[in-house]
Parts: sequence; structure tokens; C-alpha cells
Amino acid sequence: MAVPLAFFAVFFAHPVAAIVGRGLRIDGVWQFGRIGEVLGRDDLQRVLWFTTWQAVVSTVLTLLIALPGAYVLARFSFPGKKLLRAVVTVPFVLPTVVVGSAFLALVGRGGVLDELWGVRLDGTVWAILLAHVFFNYAVVVRTVGGLWGQLDPRQEEAARVLGAGRFTAWRRVTLPVLTPAVAAAALMVFLFTFTSFGIVQILGGPTTATLEVEIYRQTAQLLDLRTAAVLTLVQFAVVGTVLAVHARAVRRREGALRLVDPERAARPVRGAGQRALLAGVLLTVAVLLLTPLAVLVERSFDTSGGYGLDHYRSLGTLDEAGGAFLVPPIEAVGNSLEYALAATAVAVLVGSLAAAALTRRAGRLTRGFDALLMLPLGVSAVTVGFGFLIALDEPPLDLRSSWILVPLAQALVGTPFVVRTMLPVLRAVDGRLREAAAVLGASPLRVWREVDFPLVSRALLISAGFAFAVSLGEFGATVFLARPDQPTLPVAVARLLSRPGELNYGQAMALSTILMVVCAVALFLLERIRVRPSSSASPSASSSASSATAAAF
Amino acid sequence: MNTKKTVATALAAALGVSALAACGGGSDSEGSGGSKGSGSGGSSSTTVTLVTHESFAVSEKVLKEFTRSTGYTVKVLKSGDAGEALNKEILTKGSPQGDVFFGVDNTLLSRALDNGIFTSYEAKGLDQVGDAVELDRGRHRVTPVDTGDICVNYDKKYFADKKLAPPRTFDDLIKPEYKNLLVVENAATSSPGLGFLLGTVARYGEKGWQEYWKDLKENGVKVVDGWSEAYNEEFSGSAGGRKAKGERPLVVSYASSPPVEVLYADPQPAEAPTGVADGTCFRQIEFAGLLNGAKNEAGGKALLDFMVSKTFQEDLPLKMFVNPVLDGAKLPEIFTAHGTRIEQPPTVDPGTIADNREQWIQTWSSTVLR
Repeated sequence: MAVPLAFFAVFFAHPVAAIVGRGLRIDGVWQFGRIGEVLGRDDLQRVLWFTTWQAVVSTVLTLLIALPGAYVLARFSFPGKKLLRAVVTVPFVLPTVVVGSAFLALVGRGGVLDELWGVRLDGTVWAILLAHVFFNYAVVVRTVGGLWGQLDPRQEEAARVLGAGRFTAWRRVTLPVLTPAVAAAALMVFLFTFTSFGIVQILGGPTTATLEVEIYRQTAQLLDLRTAAVLTLVQFAVVGTVLAVHARAVRRREGALRLVDPERAARPVRGAGQRALLAGVLLTVAVLLLTPLAVLVERSFDTSGGYGLDHYRSLGTLDEAGGAFLVPPIEAVGNSLEYALAATAVAVLVGSLAAAALTRRAGRLTRGFDALLMLPLGVSAVTVGFGFLIALDEPPLDLRSSWILVPLAQALVGTPFVVRTMLPVLRAVDGRLREAAAVLGASPLRVWREVDFPLVSRALLISAGFAFAVSLGEFGATVFLARPDQPTLPVAVARLLSRPGELNYGQAMALSTILMVVCAVALFLLERIRVRPSSSASPSASSSASSATAAAF
Repeated sequence: MNTKKTVATALAAALGVSALAACGGGSDSEGSGGSKGSGSGGSSSTTVTLVTHESFAVSEKVLKEFTRSTGYTVKVLKSGDAGEALNKEILTKGSPQGDVFFGVDNTLLSRALDNGIFTSYEAKGLDQVGDAVELDRGRHRVTPVDTGDICVNYDKKYFADKKLAPPRTFDDLIKPEYKNLLVVENAATSSPGLGFLLGTVARYGEKGWQEYWKDLKENGVKVVDGWSEAYNEEFSGSAGGRKAKGERPLVVSYASSPPVEVLYADPQPAEAPTGVADGTCFRQIEFAGLLNGAKNEAGGKALLDFMVSKTFQEDLPLKMFVNPVLDGAKLPEIFTAHGTRIEQPPTVDPGTIADNREQWIQTWSSTVLR
């Protein structure tokens, strides 16, 4: 409990407080009147309204489109499933700027749809919604599917044997267990789309802004830190409210359930209905997820002289006449990986400690702590980036020009994922298992190793993968913290995209493709890791644990 | 209670290893790099870093000339568009990304000076520069480098085909025959965008400009974020815009844009494909300054001297399509043949700009964008 709290105090509360203070304190006097003043401006009210409704619509759409996918990936076994799971996750790890530009290539001027049917969606909210679904599909599949895949199908079958209809059995047995995961997924998607930055920036044009984009504009472009600070507070309030409602809604809904190895829960596809469902999911994935990625790859090879590797080759050279970088763009790959590894380590450490603390304690304090950990998701990444610059620039913590600044900011954004992924699983571990094992003489460490760890390790890996992906793709905070001689991939891509000319565009696409491949490989490796129960363990604890479980049902 | 502690300890043990490993890797790279986060991308004092905006350009041979005569190598860092590049420097004041900043113009000058990001330095050769462009003559925190006139450009072919006279003044732009033809840059993010806005303020006064923009919006003005997007993608008259199938025959650009169209066309046409609406202009002056906290102050000073030298000044027009500030710097022939000289463009006093800029941009944003 102490480690995560300290981490958040120093690297989150302090920077955010610094920037808010800078915005609202004039000559040492708090000017809260500014809040009303800013909220009274109708252009900003419109921004708030747009932010909210597009987030709600994006969340609903994502759930509708992604839940069948989660089901298929959790319940069916079919050839190529691992690959599909990795493919589905790739969009989520792409930098939002790349998602934006991939969709621009698809629905923008001269894009694929434009060439085929003269359809253009750039600058409309549709492009943004599509990109949001594309981006968040993985969140639902991973969060819900991860649990769904570990539910014992025999529980539902037992209910069927006892006379319940198929739907009733699902509603009474599976749904209550899934609800927290679905709610958690919806919450994440909402927070993501509510604070959407890169996608809106690229697809929306100057007339469309979410709060996050507006905060960025007010700070980076207008240098109006006061307005930015007020908008940060507004965003903070909305996110805090959503989190509070969520915490209230799911409390005590997480019952004990039987988790099995996902291998056992999946069944081969049988019957026309299931085949149609699988086909539908595959089609959705192909159209919505693969097409933009394909366009992206195609553009990366598309040079003025036909298809070729020119863009990739040019990544190794520095634009002598003055470029966006002081190093060849390819160096961003190494920087990004370094940062992401460090960020993942920090996020997993802090996140698991937090999740463990939350599992073992109940009560008001803990719930507050739970919500606190989620806040970085909803606080503007841009604000965090700025806050770091402003707050961490004097001894004892002068990190402003230190490399660690970037991974710390990224870890901050990654930690909530770790907590959200670990928590449902940790909470779902039946306490009586532990008690049974302890009664039978297992030491606490042994209990943890035999009971908790096998169930939790998968969630740990998934959360590490998430944290890694988040760090690799993090853009909002990094864009301010990455030094020009140390760009990360997303920052490099964004800089290249913001510059005119075919070569810059091609280079951006090539870098994005590299990033996509790196992430896909990393995730695929994660998928392959399976935790085997250790064979050296004495059978007493584990077997008694399973009999204890059996007795419990 | 007890178990909780155990779980935490075990997790910490399992993860601490990887965390330490990651940190170790990190500090290694810090040790080897030595330049992590150092402003000039290296501790060597033979490098001088110029922070600037996306539109900056200079000839290779001119930079080589600088290196030959001073021994310094120039690294150019483009840090976003003009406003953003400047704001980044303000936010990281005292720990700059480079030694010299180029690209703060008269519309943003007060912001740079008020935030104290520059150190005073009087460049050698400044006496050859006209007084009219020296806006910080008392303290020399900034050095004038070039001027440009921001004006609406039109696509000659479009208006010839339509048998329509191209617009000449601000008043023309809100006439129904020019509906849905104009693309402008976002005044909040782009210096030509802001310049055009200030031009309308100069023309219609502090009372009238908002009405004018409402009319302009009624008349279908399109706003994009930056100059290159407007000129090279939306505008139908430029080479880039023709390639990108731009649909707007009117764009806010520079008086020097038509000669550029001639320069880069192959074969070069006898006449520029675009023209300038000379009643829609605003004069912009661009400055450079020595950044406060520069790692290589001596190199920075040498670079500022060089920027007002004849070599650099005569290279400017064909690279950045602006006018030199140095008396006696020769304009290239293509400029004198195809350019439009704007004699007395309306301007707004820098003090007035400083006092009202943020408010004007806010109002403009609410009027036009939302």
C-alpha cells in the first residue's frame, strides 16, 4: 500500500497540483472565480458536450461490436486463434496518431473509400468513432474475454441439467460473474475515449476538440495555462464521478467463481449458429481492424517510384537540412523499447502491489485508493506531461532532463491497467482455498505459490503486456517530455506526420509499421507463455485445495 | 493480514528483479550517451543548435559557409509550428532545447520577451538593417531576420475558367460570388493564420472584425491547422494542391508564393499560375534570439551574426520565400519578375497586439471554429 501511494503522491498528485496551481494562483492568491468564468464560455461548453457524447457513443459501439469477439475468442477453439488474439490486440498498441493517420488514409481525401466511392469521413465524428472502436476492441476482448475464457463451462452445464434454459443458465450463472469485467471494460473504453487525444487531433481537424485536445491547444498553442488548468479540473471531476459510480456499482458483485485453465473452457465450433457467429467476428475483424492496418503497411512501401523499401532506408539517415530530429528517426525504436521496459517494470510493480492491497482489504479507505489509482487514466496525459516539466525541475527531484521522466509518466498511465486486469482475478480467488491450504499446514508463501500464483500469473502477464503496450503507444505526456535527441516512436511518427511531403509521410508510415510489428511480436510471445503448476510442489496443498473447492460447490 | 504482506513481498521480489534490471539498463545508456537531455544534443562546443519552426529552410552550402568561417556546425531542430515551438521554449525556460531560436514574429514577440527566454545580444552588422523592423532596439533580445507579407493568393486558372474576376480586398472575400472558395489557417496555431486575422483587425478595427469574420464564416470559409495543409493540400493553384486535388482557389499565403510556383515548375511557365490579392495583406517580421541558458553561447552569437550577413540574407528568399531585412541584399530575379511588392500593408502596433492577442484569438476561435 505504501509504495503505490508514495509513487502516486510524487509523480502524479504533485505535478498535477503544480500545474493547477500555476493556472489558478495569481500572485499567491487562489482565483477560483476563474473556474466559473471558463465554464461560462460557450465554446468550451461545446467542447465538454462533444467530449461526453462521443465517449458514450464510442463505448456503446465498442461493446456491441467487441463482445461477440470476446465470446468467440474465449469459448471456441479453432486454428489460428492465437494469431487472431494477437491481431486483435495490435490496434490497441498503436500510437493514436498512427491510428488517426491510418484512418485518414482510409476515409480521408484521396483515401481508399474516396477513390472507390467518393466517400470522405475525415472531419466528421464518424471517422473518430470508427477509430475509437478500432482502438478499443482489444480492451473489451482482453478484459472480458480473459475472464470468460477461464470460467468453467460445466457450471452452466450443471444449470442446464437442472432444467434451466440456455439463456437462463447464461443469465443466472455466467452473466453475474462477467458483469464486473464488462463494467471494467466499459469504464476503460469510456475513459479512453473521453480523454482521446491523438485520434481526435488528426481526424477531427481544427473544429473538433475533446477536452484533452483543448487542454493541449490551450497550453501548447495559446499558452493559456489558466484555461488549461480549469479544463483539467473539469476533466478530473467528470472522471472522478464516473469512477465513483463505477466503484459503487461493482462493489460486492465480484463473487467467487471457479477459474479453470482457458484451454479447458474452449470448445470446437459446432453447428450453424456458432459457425455464423465465428464468421461474423472474423469479418468484423477483417474490415474494421485489418483494413486500416493493411492501408498503413501499403503506404509504408508506396514510394514515388512504385513499391519499395525507400522509406525504410531513409529512416537511418538524418535530414541534414534541418529535420524534426537531432538523430536518425530509426533511433526512436531503441528509445521506445528502453522506455517501455522501464515503464512496464514500474507499472507492474506498483500495480500489483496496489491490486494485492485492494484484494485483502475492504472498507472506505481502500475504495478511495482504488479510485485514486484509476485517476491517471482520466487526467489529461498532456497535463501530466506539463506537470512533470513544471514540478520535477528542482532539487531534490530535478528530473527534467533525465531519461527516467518519460518511463515514469508512461508507467503512471500503465498502472491502472495492471490494477484493472489483476483485481477481478485476485478478488475471484476463493478465500476458502487459501484457508483450506493453510489448515493443511501450508506456509503463507506456499499457499500463495500453490493457490494464488497459478491463477494470477496469467493476469500478471496480460497486465504486463498491457503496460508495455501502453508505454509504447503513449503520446500525450511523452510528446512534452521526450527530448528532441531522444524521440520515442509515437512522437517521431507524429512529428513526421505534421510535416508536409511524401517522404515524411512515408517515413511515418514505415515507423508505424515497425512499431506495429514490434508490438505484435511482443504480444504473440506473451500469448505463448503458459504457466505450468510447478511439479516439485508437494501434492498435499494443491490436492486438498481442489477438494476444498469441490466441496464448496 | 499476514497473507497480504506475503503476497506483496513475493510480488515485490518477483518484480523487483525486473525493475532493477530495467533501471540498470537505463543508467547504462545514460552513462554511454552522456548527451541524454543535454540541450545541444552533445557536449561538444563545436555544435550550435538552432531551434525553429517547420517552415525553416536554408541552403546546404550556406551552412557549410558558416562552418568554414566560424568552425561551428549547425544542427537544426524543427520543433513544431511557430507558436508551438515558441511555447515549448517558454515552458522549459532555462533548460532550452538549443542555443538560438529562430521564428518568433511580430505577432508573438511580446510573449517571448515577457517570458524572458532570450538573452540580449547585439548582432554584428545590425547597423545595415532598417530601423522599421527593429522592434526591440533598446535591449536587442531579438534580432530581425526577414519580413514577409501575408496575403490571399488566388488560382488564376480557376477564375479565368469561371470568367470571374479574382478578389482583391477583404471586402471582396465576403461577396456571394466567392462563396466556399477560401481556405485560411487556424489563427491559434499558425502564424499566417494569425497574421490574416490581424490584417482584418487593422482593416475593420477592434469593433468591426468580428462581424467581418461572421460574414466570412457565412460565406463558407474553411479553416485548417497549418499553412502547409492549406497551401499544399487544399489550395487548387499550387503544385502540391493540384496533386492533392485541392478544391479551394483562394488561400491565405504570402506575397512571395507565386514566384515559388514558377521556380519549382518544370518547365518554368512565363507567368505564375497564382496571383496575390494585394488588398488583403499583413506584414510579418521574423526574429531570432539567443536562448537563455544556451549551452553554446559563443556559437549562438556567431550564428546570429551570420543570420544578418549577406550570405544568409540572400539565401532566404528562395528558401523560405521571405524578404531579407539587410539593406543591399539582392532579391533573386524570379522574385522581381513574378513577385508582388506590397507598398504599405496595414499593420497593428506591437503593443496593441501584445495587449489583445489572446483575447482576439479566443474570440476568433469561438466565432469561427465552434
